[in-house]
Amino acid sequence: MRNSIHHGLNVPEPSARPGGRVDFSRLDIPKAGMVRCPDPTENPAEMRDLAYDLIRVLDEQHQAVGPWAPKLDADLLRRGLRAMLLTRAYDERMVRAQRQGKTSFYMKCTGEEAVAVGQALALRRDDMCFPTYRQQGLLIARDWPLLDMMCQVFANSKDRLKGRQLPVMYSAREAGFFSISGNLATQTSQAVGWAMAAAFKDDPRIAVTWVGDGASAEGDFHHALTFAAVYQAPVILNIVNNQWAISSFQGIAGGERTTFAARAIGFGLPGLRVDGNDFLAVAAVTAWAAERARAGLGPSVIELFTYRAGAHSTSDDPSKYRPADEAAGWPLGDPIQRLKEHLIAVGAWSQAQHTALEAELTDLVTRTAKQAESFGTIDKGPPPPVATMFEDVYKEMPWHLRRQQQELEEFEP
Amino acid sequence: MTQPMNMIQAVNSAMDIMMARDPDIVIFGEDVGYFGGVFRATEGLQKKYGRERTFDTPIAEAGILGVAVGMGAYGLRPVVEIQFADYIYPALDQLVSEAARLRYRSAGEFTAPMTVRVPCGGGIFGGQTHSQSPEGIFTHVCGLKTVIPSNPYDAKGLLISAILDDDPVLFFEPKRLYNGPFEGYPDRAATLWANHPLGQVPDDYYAIPLGQAVIRRPGDAVTVLAYGTMVHVALAAAEETGIDAEIIDLRTLLPLDIDSITASVDKTGRCVIVHEATRTSGFGAELSALVQEHCFYRLEAPILRVTGWDTPYPYSLEWHYFPGPARVGAALRQVLEG
Repeated sequence: MRNSIHHGLNVPEPSARPGGRVDFSRLDIPKAGMVRCPDPTENPAEMRDLAYDLIRVLDEQHQAVGPWAPKLDADLLRRGLRAMLLTRAYDERMVRAQRQGKTSFYMKCTGEEAVAVGQALALRRDDMCFPTYRQQGLLIARDWPLLDMMCQVFANSKDRLKGRQLPVMYSAREAGFFSISGNLATQTSQAVGWAMAAAFKDDPRIAVTWVGDGASAEGDFHHALTFAAVYQAPVILNIVNNQWAISSFQGIAGGERTTFAARAIGFGLPGLRVDGNDFLAVAAVTAWAAERARAGLGPSVIELFTYRAGAHSTSDDPSKYRPADEAAGWPLGDPIQRLKEHLIAVGAWSQAQHTALEAELTDLVTRTAKQAESFGTIDKGPPPPVATMFEDVYKEMPWHLRRQQQELEEFEP
Repeated sequence: MTQPMNMIQAVNSAMDIMMARDPDIVIFGEDVGYFGGVFRATEGLQKKYGRERTFDTPIAEAGILGVAVGMGAYGLRPVVEIQFADYIYPALDQLVSEAARLRYRSAGEFTAPMTVRVPCGGGIFGGQTHSQSPEGIFTHVCGLKTVIPSNPYDAKGLLISAILDDDPVLFFEPKRLYNGPFEGYPDRAATLWANHPLGQVPDDYYAIPLGQAVIRRPGDAVTVLAYGTMVHVALAAAEETGIDAEIIDLRTLLPLDIDSITASVDKTGRCVIVHEATRTSGFGAELSALVQEHCFYRLEAPILRVTGWDTPYPYSLEWHYFPGPARVGAALRQVLEG
């Protein structure tokens, strides 16, 4: 008998589209300090509650509370604040450079600075990162030269990547920062492979990787979870849930049915869900997972619950697919503001110091940008020598590439 | 009635018309629903036909193609978008081992009547992951059809045929041609399709059969085989060199219009093949072999290929990579000397 009820196809929709009222009421946000902190040796099967909760440390009075409150000294917190502010100033400057035609493309991480910066400062500097295009804060927190990053964005004569890569697709081996691919989620299983190699060599370093809520749907991420679980690789698999994958909200990646942290459960891994705009919580959870990996207790999955305050990239306009004021309504606030208020509340910072630091960093970014621009920009050039196009395809250039290189040189002497 | 349309509007019109005619057509892909696609090709379709027929998918190309195979096996007619050709590789298994062979392995019990729209090609400063032309990978797979239009008029008529086709069709859309014809000069003012005869597109249904090439410029001196963006580059090269080239826009790579190719090369005795994709094992190699097999005794000079170099598409050097009119013109001169 044919069922007369039309079940239809479930196609998730976000709570509001342009013109609609911003509504985050369906988010369940617990108070800070409420979530337990298990011993890293605890069986992951006993930790399943953590995948459905939200680890938060900073309370409404800007104090660090609860079992996850990390014992971080004020110097480290001020370093974190500085790196987040510098990341934001750098992003603003590069977006402006894109508007001026000095680069063709840029991607900022505004509102998500605590993810990369908080995690970088909780890791060892030689731990190996396999990031996406939105973790520029890793490089900044590891004191990688801004000039080098800008030269990559401008694809100029000092770009170490020889103008080959799309802007923001950095590579910095010395900073433990893997070459970024434009293809999504490929880095996740590569991070597991790196971690397996480290385990094989009894290397104390761990691997850390990031993927977006959207790209966590790619097969590669699921392969990463399987391999990480099977080989108990010393790796941290981060899912940055910033709510939006270009125009698709996180429900299109499966976020309406469960949390992204809960992806871990089916693989027998710990899954921790953390307020990604709470610098202290991000640092604490990362340190916990790093300790666990380094102790040989295996991989962990962390969902960093945050919000992409800006556009996906300079190529899109988010007001076309979400309310223009949605970012302002994000209930977990701004990571920089929250860390600043905490530092002031504990007497380790002041508004005057903050204003002075902002001015100093804006000046640093401006000066560095001018220096980078003096080495060229994408619109004015000069590009790298054309012959370099044929280098590094192989270690040794085969005859057909040598011939193509000659052909081009004869053509464009 | 005809309207000026750019290639995105033409593609949109084809899908709109086919969705209205056939309720079994469903459209899905990354960002194609509410937003209407990053290139706006599906704009308005969700609003007009509802979320069940035009919807966003998870970012998982293997999933998109696998789901399309399953829907096709049920009897729907999926038209899916892979956001950039460069993102299609995770879906290779579903295309190569599944969609392409389903009819064969089930002796026709199951088929995959799906269309895969794939924005491709460079010239937009997209770097190595937003610029590739992987058509040659797919022409190498038996069971798939491969189409690449060079203008809005063809794009609409060919996409309608692709959707109607009962076999899986890869429909490559050169991104650089979305807004206007492109002769290969990035510094010159852009031309819009509104000012081009092939940008005048009928509102209504029409189909251009797959497997038919078209002569864009008749000539006697040399045959140029091109498709997509390179058709316009080749036309510019013929104009600049004053060489009386016969320029054939292949439009469909598989099935290939071999008769048009051989008729032209038999007439001119010379052949230059142009594509933006890398050279080695590219579709030009197949074309070269076919011309040699069919026209060997008529050939008066070696067949030449003008292609992208065998490197990843370099971001800042893209105009040194892109095979522009100067390189095509040099090949035309060389093949006449031969």
